[in-house]
Amino acid sequence: MALARRFAVAFAIGLVLYGIGAWLQDGLIEYVQRIVLLAGINVILAVGLNLINGTTGQFSIGHAGFMAVGAYGAAFFGVKLAPILQRLLGVAAVADALAFNIALLIGAVLAGIAGLLVGAPSLRLRGDYLAVVTLGFGEIIRISFNNAKFLGAATGYFGDSPAGLPAYTSFFWVYAWAIAIVILIRNLTFSQTGRSLAAIREDEVAAEAMATPTTRLKVLAFSLSAASAGIAGGLFAYMQSGIRPEDFRFDKSIDMIVMIIIGGLGSISGAVVGGIFVAVTLELMRDFQQYRLVLYALLLIIIMLVRPEGLLGSRELGDVIRARLGRAKAPEAAK
Amino acid sequence: MSLLSLEKVDKIFGGLRALKEVSFEVPKGAIFGLIGPNGAGKTTLFNVITGVYTPDGGAIRFEGQSIGGEAPAHVAHRGIARTFQNIRLFRAMTVEENVMVAGHHLHQSSVLGAMLRTRAQAEDEARLKKRARELLDVMGLGKHASDVAGSLPYGSQRRLEIARALMLNPKLLLLDEPAAGMNSQEAAELERQIRFLRDEMGLTVVLVEHNMAVVMSVCEAVHVVDHGETIAHGTPEHVKQHPAVLAAYLGKSTEEVA
Repeated sequence: MALARRFAVAFAIGLVLYGIGAWLQDGLIEYVQRIVLLAGINVILAVGLNLINGTTGQFSIGHAGFMAVGAYGAAFFGVKLAPILQRLLGVAAVADALAFNIALLIGAVLAGIAGLLVGAPSLRLRGDYLAVVTLGFGEIIRISFNNAKFLGAATGYFGDSPAGLPAYTSFFWVYAWAIAIVILIRNLTFSQTGRSLAAIREDEVAAEAMATPTTRLKVLAFSLSAASAGIAGGLFAYMQSGIRPEDFRFDKSIDMIVMIIIGGLGSISGAVVGGIFVAVTLELMRDFQQYRLVLYALLLIIIMLVRPEGLLGSRELGDVIRARLGRAKAPEAAK
Repeated sequence: MSLLSLEKVDKIFGGLRALKEVSFEVPKGAIFGLIGPNGAGKTTLFNVITGVYTPDGGAIRFEGQSIGGEAPAHVAHRGIARTFQNIRLFRAMTVEENVMVAGHHLHQSSVLGAMLRTRAQAEDEARLKKRARELLDVMGLGKHASDVAGSLPYGSQRRLEIARALMLNPKLLLLDEPAAGMNSQEAAELERQIRFLRDEMGLTVVLVEHNMAVVMSVCEAVHVVDHGETIAHGTPEHVKQHPAVLAAYLGKSTEEVA
């Protein structure tokens, strides 16, 4: 029964997304559509990064690298896969959708493996050291793509056709993936694994004394977080005609950090809010892009001063609403 | 057969010999006291037993198997649980979550199962929650299950550490100053709880404690260390009269006593 209900809910969500997507396509100018898609991609990035930086408390500032692995992986394999599937299936639309999603998964797996390779040795480090190592690896990944001839090196990868990568990324797919990833990560966070990750953040020595396999869990969280960044990278790649190594520079990682700090480290709903916030402000600031990092720095300083725990702190939106309702009811009960 | 045995255990930090050939045996089902002045090496002993430090010499055996130098998580898996002198709770998490973290053995479902919320996962979760509630009730914290751990009063935090350690389903429980910061009423309650753990739950307990009233009342055997060396061993009454112990606590040199 539970399974049938889940499918029904998934189908209903899909239908709603499809409807909104169709409406957006006619109703909104392309510029706004782009912001809406970027917001969804940011949500995936932020929720994924929050798993390692917020929940587990291990600070990564190199996630742009994993996003790049996902983007290049999805772009490369999707382009190769689509013609094969078209020949096999006959119906171009179905073949494209299938190729697109398989490509995203391939990108995610590659990014997850990259996360595993980076995480396994470096997660023994703590705090600042880990941050520096992830920053270094992020740059190494970007520079590798910068030199990979078969992926277009510094010019970027545009697929095999002169028109560039196909525009597979639509409202429907971005938000279907975003919702799926938010649900999966939420479920993980509120499970024994999630509690163990939070225990590592709170006190690693005590977590170990309670038989928690700390290193394994840290690497797992890091790898899953990298895989989410990979999905976001794949969606990002098929939003435009091509991807270039400079799309995944260090400041992309900073954008992600800003998203989760604004929303509140450790809060999934906070990461969702932060992701959307950054997408919108980035576009509003388009005319003075070069001052973006300055503005972010100012914004972060203001947040540190006014609300150091971020918009939501480590709470979830549900907790906040419940607390508000509880407070509203309390005076009545007092009478 | 003894549950835990230490044989000539050494631990050296740079030029400091923190433990010098410490040997003792803890029989199964005992409540065993480990006392000594500040800096005597009691907590170091706990850290060596639980794998936080690797011993520099000697042998540590648990149920007859050597465990010296094993990783803390391994030692915990074998059935040795501990609390910490300087309280190491997962402060931002709830009381119940703190306890549930230690329940790995009650949890079988995979990470993928957790992400997909399978039925097996829901059952695991329910089982963890039930056991955590039972243990919180044992330690008298049932009412506070959904409070944030860091907000509990000091004495309750100490009892929560014990509840969390119990969740490992241990055979041996190491308590590092469980009565520190407790008033006499709380300490008396703690004595009752420690006896309950041994009598009703079949645990062997080793405690480091400065509150001599607690030590003398619950322990059957007491081992006294000072400057990393064993200075006395025996029943509480015997140890209480021992000249070397008096000297260590009152600050006289052994020659003067002799």
